Amino acid sequence: MIESAYLAIVLQVAVALAAAVMGVAACWLLAGRKVPQKVSIRLIWWVVLPILWAFGGIAFVTRFTGGLGAMTNLSDTFPWGIWIAFDMLCGVALAAGGFLTAGAVYIFGLKKFYPILRPAILTAYLGYLMVLGGLLMDLGRPYNIWHPMIYWQHRSVMFELGWCVSLYNMVLTVEFLPLLLEKFRWHRLLRIVHSVTIPAVIAGCILSTLHQSSLGALFLIVPEKMWPISYSPLLPLYFLISAVAVGLAMTIVESNLSAKAFQRSLETPIVLALARAIPLVIILLLTIRVIDMTVRGAWVYLLPRPFQTVTFLLEMALLLIPTFILLHPHWKRQPRTVFWAAASVVAAIIMNRLDVAWFAMLPSADNVYVPSWQEVAVTLSLVSLGVVLFGLAARYLPLFAHHAPNEPAAAAAELALDQSAAVSE
Amino acid sequence: MSETPDGPGTGGISRRSFLGLGAAGLGAALLMNRTGWAGETPENPDSPQSSVLVDLTRCIGCRACENACRVRQKRPPLPVSRVGYGPGEGRLSFTSWTFVDFREVQGAPASKTIFPVKRQCMHCVDAACVSACPVAALHKTPRGAVVYTASRCIGCRYCMIACPFKVPRYEWNEGLTPRVGKCDFCDDRVASGTNPACVMACPTGTLKFGTRTNMLREAQARMRVNPGRYVSIYGDKVVAGTSWIYLSDVPMEQLGFRVDLPEVALPSLTWASLTRVPVVVVTLGIVLAGVYRLHGRKASHD
Repeated sequence: MIESAYLAIVLQVAVALAAAVMGVAACWLLAGRKVPQKVSIRLIWWVVLPILWAFGGIAFVTRFTGGLGAMTNLSDTFPWGIWIAFDMLCGVALAAGGFLTAGAVYIFGLKKFYPILRPAILTAYLGYLMVLGGLLMDLGRPYNIWHPMIYWQHRSVMFELGWCVSLYNMVLTVEFLPLLLEKFRWHRLLRIVHSVTIPAVIAGCILSTLHQSSLGALFLIVPEKMWPISYSPLLPLYFLISAVAVGLAMTIVESNLSAKAFQRSLETPIVLALARAIPLVIILLLTIRVIDMTVRGAWVYLLPRPFQTVTFLLEMALLLIPTFILLHPHWKRQPRTVFWAAASVVAAIIMNRLDVAWFAMLPSADNVYVPSWQEVAVTLSLVSLGVVLFGLAARYLPLFAHHAPNEPAAAAAELALDQSAAVSE
Repeated sequence: MSETPDGPGTGGISRRSFLGLGAAGLGAALLMNRTGWAGETPENPDSPQSSVLVDLTRCIGCRACENACRVRQKRPPLPVSRVGYGPGEGRLSFTSWTFVDFREVQGAPASKTIFPVKRQCMHCVDAACVSACPVAALHKTPRGAVVYTASRCIGCRYCMIACPFKVPRYEWNEGLTPRVGKCDFCDDRVASGTNPACVMACPTGTLKFGTRTNMLREAQARMRVNPGRYVSIYGDKVVAGTSWIYLSDVPMEQLGFRVDLPEVALPSLTWASLTRVPVVVVTLGIVLAGVYRLHGRKASHD
């Protein structure tokens, strides 16, 4: 036993060092394969990223040597934590911009959205990377993740979810491949990919509709465990509509951040067009929810539990304020105001997902779940990995449409890291 | 940049046959939707649902059931105490599949304030955990026991979320091969014609094993014959019925039973959403392909 304890420590140190080196390497690559010459605020990422990834690496080793119990605050009466509530539910929701933009461009022929297509697809791809990373840590037997393919159990929402997410990841791969194929000039393969793009995009829209709503359907089976403000038979519908809202909002946020990070001009007409749709979606969502809560008599549950009430009201405020802003004749034309409104919608939907999977499940648990530092480290590592990969794609792949293929993307080399700073805030 | 894809779309087939196919698909999908909830039929005469009637008025809290369960799992037996065995683990865990929960009841007659209640998996007739499991690692045997197959399990723990009684427990400190732990209703013993270990061990007749139909009938008969003794029954209606049925001389909510559970089978709640899948696939498929014919292709030829 002592030997295995030593082995665990040695593994932790080794993986932590490897992760830290990878963190430095990521900074170096993002900075255009050179070390910054002068001291600036951007240097902080050369410190923060390796440390964060080292902690993530330690958590990773502990997970597989000591089990989930050794490094999470999960328990028998609270078996799902932030890896489900944030990494999975929010990761999938924030990725909704991918299928919305692909559908708009390819199916509805709205070519004016083409400039944001590739960043939106990449954002979606990275969202699912976060889902996959979270799952590989969270699943007790991650090497069995493919089992739903052979052991069918069609009454399970999780089964349907597994299939839809797997298939949609294949769709995203088809949608993402052109970036790599153009970069490496594999034109024959590129033609094959183009020939399957339309069926893939249609399949992607269907699969996204299904699994965005299925994430809400997961929780239909716990009417007795979830706090009644959050529980509703309409959870799948809420998840779908709010995914549309957050997909649009996230695309706006991401456009703004990458415009800033890569010193590109913001595609203002596109962003304003996306922003026009958001209030309609939110009004639809809130109308249904208010009617639903009234019919079910759920308003009385606002009183007994202050924490759940505060999170609910916060979510509502974060949805309502941007709705008014985006309906205002003057403000809805200001890119900066629109950015903050969209950021508020993103925050509201994150709040909603945390509420469903975490806060609203607290009253029925035997203990109050608060994530451990290891859980937080893994989540932050995955988020920062996504940001780094976005930065690398922007730098080395034809991510932004007006760049000719094979041209290094970003003009401002060191500024790549600014984006990581901005996104993780 | 020539990003404009020239996908095959629906160009291969005529518009009429395309619409015809779509209509047929939609019809099929709607028909599937109309079949409604096809839950597992509980009272199949060929394979009757096993059941245990727990008459809590007879329980003396000796923990013989808990000890028998440990022995069957080849775990060390409980120490012998003044009245039976103990102390036990006092809770369900990955290894502890049953325990006697000593509940203090306010306002009970002075002669008896502590009420022993045996806890274990309720083996719901239509179990939420079984419907939740994406790989059928949890499934019902022909005898109606809800059992677990570790080799199938992916470890998603949706069963633990879904269970209204918080029964499935996890092997939290196992890194690579964690398992779910829960009562398996001694399915091997029942299959070979014996009673579950806990039932065999009970010295007071608190536990009675039989088919669910018979145990429900027995419970109702006892309540009818002795209305002063029995106050409430549990497991006949909640979540459309459990195989473990409890009788008690105090209200069930005072013994820690959740009486606010819905009386519908919990899997029917998620099934309501799953049946919409074919409709969504067919409808969206037709609409999106149609929109692409009208707009997408035109745009890509610009």
